[in-house]
Amino acid sequence: MTTESLRARVGRLTVRSIALAYLLAILVGPLAMVFWRTFETGFDAAWNALSTPETLNAFKLTLLIAAIAVPLNTVFGVICGLAIVRHDFPGKGFLNAFVDLPLALSPVVVGLSLFLLYGREGWFGGWLEEHDFQVLFALPSMVLATVFVSLPFVCRAVVPTLREIGDEQEQAASTLGASRWQTLWRITLPSIRWAVIYGVVLTTARCLGEYGAVAVVSGRVQGQTETATLRVEERYDSFDVQGAYAISLVLALIAILVLIAMTVLKPKETTA
Amino acid sequence: MSIVIRNVSKRFGDFVALDDVSLEVEGGSLTALLGPSGSGKSTLLRIIAGLEWPDAGEVELSGEDATALRPQKRNVGFVFQHYAAFKHRTVRDNVAFGLKVRRRPKAEIRERVDSLLQLVQLEAFGHRYPAQLSGGQRQRMALARALAPDPQVLLLDEPFGALDARVRAELREWLRRLHDEVHVTTIFVTHDQAEAMDVASQIAVMNHAHVEQVGSPTELYDTPQTEFVMRFVGEANRLGDRWVRPHELEVLDRPEAPSRR
Repeated sequence: MTTESLRARVGRLTVRSIALAYLLAILVGPLAMVFWRTFETGFDAAWNALSTPETLNAFKLTLLIAAIAVPLNTVFGVICGLAIVRHDFPGKGFLNAFVDLPLALSPVVVGLSLFLLYGREGWFGGWLEEHDFQVLFALPSMVLATVFVSLPFVCRAVVPTLREIGDEQEQAASTLGASRWQTLWRITLPSIRWAVIYGVVLTTARCLGEYGAVAVVSGRVQGQTETATLRVEERYDSFDVQGAYAISLVLALIAILVLIAMTVLKPKETTA
Repeated sequence: MSIVIRNVSKRFGDFVALDDVSLEVEGGSLTALLGPSGSGKSTLLRIIAGLEWPDAGEVELSGEDATALRPQKRNVGFVFQHYAAFKHRTVRDNVAFGLKVRRRPKAEIRERVDSLLQLVQLEAFGHRYPAQLSGGQRQRMALARALAPDPQVLLLDEPFGALDARVRAELREWLRRLHDEVHVTTIFVTHDQAEAMDVASQIAVMNHAHVEQVGSPTELYDTPQTEFVMRFVGEANRLGDRWVRPHELEVLDRPEAPSRR
């Protein structure tokens, strides 16, 4: 029996070491490297790399895009979740599957499809050009691309919670004289608020980190249509490794903040 | 305050929940819808509340056609088996909900909630959340919440089904007293014949999407019109091809010519 317990202990230890080693090699190692390299030549050098007008503009642009895309996808995600859980309509299965498409589709393909739609030869391209409205190589297309890739998160967070709380509270509200609007604002939304916030955090993280789709449609004009992630690559290509690491570090810090927010929010799943 | 149900039918896919059901409930009465599960009693109650739509037939509340009205326009109070408490609101806020959505003045709401909490003996629990209450307390809160907007009809769907036997008996007694005080037309659904006999002044026995018989507890017990009612309401034994109540049997110690019949 001692050999039994010994074997169990060895087994447990093996599983743990594999998991930890994997995490170290894939996640912690590279992150530590970024951290190390950023401050290799001192804090001032890192600060100088971050405070160039182009880099500042890149961060501003990234935040602006997120500030537009996140509210849009929050509203859409809640409506979509309500439609999937609470309503029956033709095409519901299609909607349910379609919401997940951005998770499966490569962002580069998303960027290319926007090109095909809004480019000079595209479906809307001619009309847009006539009306002097710049979509490609400008903010609108970058927002569109980001909205697309960060679409599913709020909806996917809200759906299981809506299923779990059921619709009895909403029925009770309606018998008590509440209109649909009142029921939505006073009963449904407060009941799913943690799921919505969790979805918003995930959406924000995805928006800030978006690279592929935005890379295709933005045109990467320095100081104009260059987001933080694009800026990292540009710095690296210009042999400014220090600058690339500094920007990466800020992005990684934001990601860690998001992770902390998620951990704080997540255990609020079930309360009797 | 009276309720009239005329030729109501409802099916869910292939399942027939109600088949051409008609029923009249007098204003101010306390009526039980009694039947086994799947007999359509809950569906009928939900149709009266407007939570389900009938495929055919009409619902009349206080002499007015309510078939097409949304639940919030019907002025009914509904109590669910599993309470349907608003989990993110305190007991006070739960009870006040129906008054708040009607935009009543704050002072009036406070007064009304106070008196209702007193009525259901939850004065001390106003600031708790539903998760901090026992089952019986939650159901009393749900009752107070349903009564707050002064409904013309109170509907209860297996209100005591999720509670243990002692609390159930207590709440039963309490519901009858409440009805004596408030006089609101009340219909409650139950599959427990003892509960129906104990609380209701009128019982509608339902089976297989039909109403088998409507009457007072005594009428149902003494003059059941169908074999189902005979067997479902009160005790019954089969003797040959007849069903008899236990008190109708007489045990003789020696053979004798039958005294009755």
